[in-house]
Amino acid sequence: MATKIGVYFDASNIGGGLDVEALAAGVTAKWGSFTAVVKVFPVLADKYDEISADIEAQQLDGVLMCGASPRADSVSYRFPVYTETVNLREQCVLSFQDEKGNPLKAGQAAPALLVQIATDYINMGVMKMQKGNLPDSAALENGGTKRVMVVGGGYTGLNAALEAARSGYEVVLVEKTGTLGGAANNIPTGSPLHAPWEDKEPTNVAQLVSAVNAERAITVKLETTVAKLAGQPGDYTCTLATPKGEEEVQIGAAVVATGWVPLDDKYLAPMGLGSTPKIVTAAEFGKMLVAGKVNAKRIAFVLDTTLAEEEIKKQVAEAEAAAKAAAEAAAAEAPAAPAEEEGEKVFVKEDLECIDHLRYSNVVNSVGMLRLANTVCEQTGDEAQCYVIYKHMTMPGIFERFYKKMQDRLGLMLTKADVTGIREEGDQIVVSCANTLLGMDFDLECDMVVLPTGLVPVTAKEAVMQFQYRQGPDFPDLNLFDGYLDSNYICFPYETRRTGVYAAGCVRQPLTLDACVQDARGAVLKAIQCIECAGHGVAVHPRSGDATYPVFNFVRCTQCKRCTEECPFGALDDDEKGTPKPNPGRCRRCGTCFGACPERVISFANYNIDQIGSMIREVNVPKDFKNEGPRVLILACENDAYPALDMAAMRGNTWSPYVRIIPVRCLGSVNAIWISDAMSKGYDGVMLLGCKYGDDYQCHFIKGSELCSRRMQNIAETLNRLGVEPQRVEQFEVAIDEYDKVSGMINDFVDRIVAMGANPFKAM
Amino acid sequence: MSNAILVVGGGFSGLTAAIEAAELGHDVYIVEKTPFLGGRVAQLNKYFPKLCPPSCGLEIQFQRIRNNPRIKFFTLAQVTALSGTKGDYAVQVTVQPRYTAPHNADLGLFASALEGETANEFDFGLSKRKALYKSMPFAFPARYVLDPKSLTPADAAKLAGCKFVNVNEEPKTIELKVGAIVVATGWKPYDVTRLANLGAGQLKNVVSNMQFERIASPFGPTGGKIVRPSDGVAPKKVCFVQCAGSRDQNHLNYCSYICCMASIKQSLYLAEQLPDAHADVYYIDLRTPGRYVNVLDRCKATGKVSFVKGKVANLEQAEGDKVTVQVEDAIRGEKLTLTYDLVVLATGMQPTLSEDKLPLPLPLDDDGFVTGGEEAGIFAAGCAVMPLDVTRSAQTGTAAALKAVQAVKGR
Repeated sequence: MATKIGVYFDASNIGGGLDVEALAAGVTAKWGSFTAVVKVFPVLADKYDEISADIEAQQLDGVLMCGASPRADSVSYRFPVYTETVNLREQCVLSFQDEKGNPLKAGQAAPALLVQIATDYINMGVMKMQKGNLPDSAALENGGTKRVMVVGGGYTGLNAALEAARSGYEVVLVEKTGTLGGAANNIPTGSPLHAPWEDKEPTNVAQLVSAVNAERAITVKLETTVAKLAGQPGDYTCTLATPKGEEEVQIGAAVVATGWVPLDDKYLAPMGLGSTPKIVTAAEFGKMLVAGKVNAKRIAFVLDTTLAEEEIKKQVAEAEAAAKAAAEAAAAEAPAAPAEEEGEKVFVKEDLECIDHLRYSNVVNSVGMLRLANTVCEQTGDEAQCYVIYKHMTMPGIFERFYKKMQDRLGLMLTKADVTGIREEGDQIVVSCANTLLGMDFDLECDMVVLPTGLVPVTAKEAVMQFQYRQGPDFPDLNLFDGYLDSNYICFPYETRRTGVYAAGCVRQPLTLDACVQDARGAVLKAIQCIECAGHGVAVHPRSGDATYPVFNFVRCTQCKRCTEECPFGALDDDEKGTPKPNPGRCRRCGTCFGACPERVISFANYNIDQIGSMIREVNVPKDFKNEGPRVLILACENDAYPALDMAAMRGNTWSPYVRIIPVRCLGSVNAIWISDAMSKGYDGVMLLGCKYGDDYQCHFIKGSELCSRRMQNIAETLNRLGVEPQRVEQFEVAIDEYDKVSGMINDFVDRIVAMGANPFKAM
Repeated sequence: MSNAILVVGGGFSGLTAAIEAAELGHDVYIVEKTPFLGGRVAQLNKYFPKLCPPSCGLEIQFQRIRNNPRIKFFTLAQVTALSGTKGDYAVQVTVQPRYTAPHNADLGLFASALEGETANEFDFGLSKRKALYKSMPFAFPARYVLDPKSLTPADAAKLAGCKFVNVNEEPKTIELKVGAIVVATGWKPYDVTRLANLGAGQLKNVVSNMQFERIASPFGPTGGKIVRPSDGVAPKKVCFVQCAGSRDQNHLNYCSYICCMASIKQSLYLAEQLPDAHADVYYIDLRTPGRYVNVLDRCKATGKVSFVKGKVANLEQAEGDKVTVQVEDAIRGEKLTLTYDLVVLATGMQPTLSEDKLPLPLPLDDDGFVTGGEEAGIFAAGCAVMPLDVTRSAQTGTAAALKAVQAVKGR
């Protein structure tokens, strides 16, 4: 709790005819000795030294800067005490319109409504400081275990292990099989790895393996899997299932490079796989080439997989229809469904392997087929004739150069066609081609057909990390990504939603070797960065460097488990009774836990229920609805909505003078008590501004706005019971670029509130 | 000797490299040529596969920079000389004057009072800007910049009384000590004036894909309304010309990676905003790497987009400022002549270094892509190495950060 704060006004950024000196005098009059220093600076940015001197001389424990939005600074100026900002520029002056909707007129004194807004925001800022503080350190005692576990000893895993070791960290490399190298062992050559990107290249797996074996910082565990992962970043205890039994190892973070398994042959049966040994997958063909077992003279490499995709989709649709009919028939027979039994759910891994994995592997297969065909050409001196039949030759970017070179290869024929059938005729395989560039359909006779390989991520089939987490042993929401260990953070690859565990290589996306190398490096960086952040007790992205963390008042906890269930990152475990056990290292500081808590026992040093509630109550809400207008509280997500509001104002958009905006870390952190606070204080409406949700969610904390919308249903019921129209509280989706729409949303909402009339609690 | 890292280029790869290294505890300098950070991504309306606004990702990056005292950045800055060796470089950086006060004062009123206007390079000439400006609403730094070249004498007089503008500011040269360097100089759109058969930039209502991004952007020249530049009318028939310069030995001898996805994305903008419009996409191959195939499905499901395999041979101006497109349907073998309201050229990426050289010991290939440098402690990332999308640019940025960290740490 700040008890002696300095309040500083940035006159250069407070326009609108506001009398800044009067605002400053108002602060002193209201808050007295609590605001020990109140100063108006012509340009605040020129006076940081003076503020620092004040902190020293006056023993200030808080600094409140009133002026532009905190987003307007290029650098957050760091004072050694708790610091907050009051946004008087964007969200007060620039966005101001009067009760009739007119903007400010230049050169005039500030209208009374604007003075009220500014006064409210300043008082809210002072209140925020009274109820907030700098956090205690959450640094780990050991500074974080400087050891990275790499799961998977394939091409990506080998690279990751070497990169982590070169970065000065110890490595445990865990490989399920008895040999290192993974899928790369089965290919004769790799995709292009270096400029000029024109040729397949040796994978050099053997060298990688020797380098790993020679590196002292790397411990290799063969025939080993992860049995349990418990703890948190910087301080994990991993139990490994080794041939000699279980073994514990302390690690700081992990890279998942478990790679892929080939799509089950049944999915390629419509293309003839399994009907004759002359039709094989690319993965199988690679092994045959390595073993020197390819004698065919005319080989068709078929990239167009429409045949398989359509047939399998038809089968799936039929199976689903049959299952649905069966379920309906069963339901008709036994209409009373048995009540769901309470109790511990046993985790069952859902198999996410599907036909789509085939087309997701389009780049790997396009590059791979050319690579294999080229190897055949080289081995036979272009004697064997290779045909590559494609619909879309997916050689994106720089790989076009490899494609071009292959076009000139004597033994290689590249043909665009739709493959309409593959059948055995005598000792030949006939590939029927339609819609070719030659303008005619033709049958290609050959003595071997190579089909693409679907790269099914191992995470689609197995829970590879066996998290000992309250939320279960597997990664969440893998179904959204067809089993690939990926996330909706498209700007932030490697994210898995399990802090400290990062995905790399083909388990994340089907990738060519060059991209696997990049992935290995990137994921290792994230892993070691996470160890260092956890060691120092600060958050990783998106709230990088945030030193606050949730603190629990366990005395009042009723073990309702909502926080442990709703945490988007699975940061909270619990004991047998259900008392939450926080893991600051896993936490991303979004506040979803305290939004969920009905007992309000969770808080952050600088962000807590009482603080926001007190700010809400600090606004002067007039009783006279008719003459002084309504008051509407806006709780705005600080990630998207808050910047959108800033930009709206900067672009000359204005909104109703009756709203007061409080930024929240995420709508997921909105606790229902704040709505009650607002209603009992006499606000006439509450707007919740958050991001888009659904499968393509834009929430920085995964599900915040979606959780909020679910909680809204409860809030609506509560309001109904109290005799308050539930329409007074509404959630809106605002994308960060909807700055030209957001003021319209606000004004429409305020209009609806005006039409509804005063909050019935107002006069009480 | 220095443990600091220099990042050349403040686009998505460069920002990623800088932030990731800084969050690992290293001091980082970003040197950016333009007045603002964000690079090409800042010019995009949406990006695939979610079609979410890029400013959302940039906002996170800017917050991370704002909150990290280890990152220092210089805008309007260029590396002008390098001396020393790996682990111990002295980098000379020339910083052009911004002419505005080094803090967040809002110069919006001054800017809007100016009358002179010049072509806005950020919108590829589709709009005008004032001499005092910010390129985007989420500009970072959120400081105005003055372009004295476009300042009229009348406007100069108006700014004379502004204490936050100093037209006499001089360029300055600084020296940075760093141990490793990340080069993330990115790309520029291929120059359409070189595409003679596609109108060489002279035809009305033929725009590049980057121009189309600006047209669709809420802060673009039309506030996000998709219209023809010539008359502001919403187009009904739109043509996307794929590989406009890419995969062509006479122009760009490689595939630019993102143009198929860009056109798919842009035809989704159309389908969403103009239900009456129809788009034809003429392509050689539709390259939708990995799970991006789902975006193609989504596009096809609108029923408003046709994909035709065939290379556009020629564009000509038609009546009513329409555009006649000659194309051969490669499957049917038909030569088609069709007229469109608007034509979008899917122009490719040219590496910035192909024309703007850096004084660094950096090997380039014939196209201007970086082919090495690691031995010297110089690591390239993003589209300086090869054409990439945003996600993969972020990957390579993160990877380069690790190599740079190893280079300064491993000594």
